[in-house]
Amino acid sequence: MADSVAIEHEGSHPALQHHFENLEQQREAGTLGMWVFLVTEIMFFGGMFFAYTLYRTKYPAAFASASNHLSLTLGAVNTAVLIFSSFTMALAVYSAQTGKRRNQVVCLALTILLGLTFLGIKAVEYHDKYVDHLIPGRLLPSRPFDASDVHLLPGAAPQNVEMFYWIYFAMTGMHAVHMIIGVGLLSVILFFAWRGRYGPEYHNPVEISGLYWHFVDIIWIFLFPLLYLLGRHLEH
Amino acid sequence: MKAIETFQLPTAAKVNYINAEYGLKSWLLTKDHKRIALLYLGSISFFFFLGGLYAMFIRLELLTPQGDLLSSATYNKVFTQHGIIMVFFFLIPSIPATLGNFLVPMMIGAKDLAFPRINLLSWYIYLLGGFITIYALLAGGVDTGWTFYAPYSTTFSNSYVIAAGLGIFVSGFSSILTGLNFIVTIHTMRAPGMTWFRLPLFIWSHYATSLVMVLGTPVIAITILLLAFERLAHVGIFDPAAGGDPVLFQHLFWFYSHPAVYIMVLPSMGVVSELIANFSRKNIFGYKFVAFSSLAIAVFGFLVWGHHLFVASQSVYAGMIFSFLSFAVAIPSAIKVFNWTATLYKGSISYDTPMLYALGFIGLFTIGGMTGLFLASIAIDVHVSDTYFIVAHFHYIMVGGALFGYLGGLHYWWPKISGRMYPEGWGRFSALVIYVGFNLTFLPQFVAGYLGMPRRYHAYPPEFQVFNVLSSAGASILGFGLLIPAIYLVWSMRYGKHAEANPWHLPGLEWRTASPPPTENFLVTPVVTWEAYEFAPPEETRVVGFGDEGLEAADISKP
Repeated sequence: MADSVAIEHEGSHPALQHHFENLEQQREAGTLGMWVFLVTEIMFFGGMFFAYTLYRTKYPAAFASASNHLSLTLGAVNTAVLIFSSFTMALAVYSAQTGKRRNQVVCLALTILLGLTFLGIKAVEYHDKYVDHLIPGRLLPSRPFDASDVHLLPGAAPQNVEMFYWIYFAMTGMHAVHMIIGVGLLSVILFFAWRGRYGPEYHNPVEISGLYWHFVDIIWIFLFPLLYLLGRHLEH
Repeated sequence: MKAIETFQLPTAAKVNYINAEYGLKSWLLTKDHKRIALLYLGSISFFFFLGGLYAMFIRLELLTPQGDLLSSATYNKVFTQHGIIMVFFFLIPSIPATLGNFLVPMMIGAKDLAFPRINLLSWYIYLLGGFITIYALLAGGVDTGWTFYAPYSTTFSNSYVIAAGLGIFVSGFSSILTGLNFIVTIHTMRAPGMTWFRLPLFIWSHYATSLVMVLGTPVIAITILLLAFERLAHVGIFDPAAGGDPVLFQHLFWFYSHPAVYIMVLPSMGVVSELIANFSRKNIFGYKFVAFSSLAIAVFGFLVWGHHLFVASQSVYAGMIFSFLSFAVAIPSAIKVFNWTATLYKGSISYDTPMLYALGFIGLFTIGGMTGLFLASIAIDVHVSDTYFIVAHFHYIMVGGALFGYLGGLHYWWPKISGRMYPEGWGRFSALVIYVGFNLTFLPQFVAGYLGMPRRYHAYPPEFQVFNVLSSAGASILGFGLLIPAIYLVWSMRYGKHAEANPWHLPGLEWRTASPPPTENFLVTPVVTWEAYEFAPPEETRVVGFGDEGLEAADISKP
């Protein structure tokens, strides 16, 4: 606490909330809050990763068959898009810290655009699954699941292929929800950045939104190999 | 005691958090942690009453061996709804969201929690979850048991599982946000001089609780969400008919729901640590051990969930490990109990109402904890699984532990919260009635359960009737006992004696400001120069912040 007492006369900064002593304390609180929130997110996704691990071990052939039917190209492109969006996000944070308003706005807009690109490609992939009758269960009552388009490896049961697709939709769907929230969040940040609210003195909202964005990115970094890559070699 | 009585603190501040603003809007849109605590207090009291009504029906039905009052289907709904409401809408938010919300900032010398808006949001989320659950109850109820075991919940139950699950899913986020707020507040908002080892033990236990909330609740959230989808769309990872594994559900469910027991009891332990030290007027014995035992309970608590699966196809080796770890979690709990009793030794003990609850807690929690060790032993657990022995055990922890701590804390801080004293005579009387009623309700259930009476049936063999009659009689005494504080606490808000700033003459920061406190808690940021339970002579106790007339006294730069 001692170090935060040092910066005292910032009480007049318009962004300082009444219950904080100074901007430094407010920044610390915001940053720690976001980290704790990200920990809860890890636990949230953790439940699904656990289910995935369990059934991947239990039904390896079915999971490999279903996984091989996913589009490697679209998944890989999306991975590249997301990684690049994290790069532009990091640049946006840097421009906020250094007080470069124009760069900040451009980088944030680029990040949002790349996020939307990801969601667009994801939508194309979902549509492909729809066309192939791979929407599990009764999610679409008029279009029941049918695994006949999937090349089944020896020992793979269609029922377990359906389970793979349920886990695939649950995990990527939950990830997409987080992407949509992220795009919304960054749009708000973009608005305020455009109004010139963030500079060297006060840029914590940009930073912690960046933390969130990188986190969602990292979730995908785990999802991509687990869902798209593992078991590719069994195809040949 | 003479010297203490001559020490007069100034009367209440003219402007405090209750009368600072008027009108419904000033309450519904408040960002003051103290007002939000009162909003929570009102709403959890409502749910406690509702859960109590269901308990009443259970005890009435079990008065006779025949299933005559309720049909078996209705009985299934009644015990399910009793469990859901009491666990998710009363016990989990009880102490953290009310006393914790009120006291965490005050005890560390902060003006508010780190995120006041998120704090208010958490109350609205809690309410939304509550409304969804009430909708489920009114629309037709749930009958899966509060545990929602698959595949009954995913496939076979004809009740409102999705709505009830959604209610729990939503209200879980209020718990996550409260925990997040506490962690950040305790890390970043402590007043100058308030080091980690000067924190009151109430804060340590809330920190540990928050860790469990933050790490555990998201898991139940995703589990319930997957369960709801499974039921809605017949996609499945839990239903064996879809190739799923119902035991996976049990693992995920108990990964949260066992630690959730510590969400209920850890804050209560924090309250009891305060009460024991303060009503013995002695520094707590082994402060650091009590503080770290809270963290140890939070950590071990995450490693014992498998003891709920001893009879559910878990491997023998997993069972043995979980059994061992469940024994291990008793160590930090026992450290607390021993340290409390050691604190009492040669203390200057006063038997005010809060202290009666604290002493009751020690006894009842010990019984609950010791029977927990029976259940951690695989062989005994197999014998008593799904019997009334289990029911008695967890009620000793949840009611004898969590509820007693909650009531003790509510009385103890009531002068600070309301600015009024509760009637001490009625307080002691009701504490005794509740203690007697509680033991009469649940002690016979240990016996009935050990003799083989299963839980969750509305009829039972006649030889168990004597235990059930005792239990139902105890429940009515317990219910009567709980009504008394409900009445006199409400009464005291208007007619109670005005409370001094520091009616118990204690060193904690929350007692160094007016009762009720001003909106920003202290007029100036306090500088802490004393240890947590340092009972200095009263004239040396510096005061901080007493509204208008106390500015002089509030100047903490002067000794």
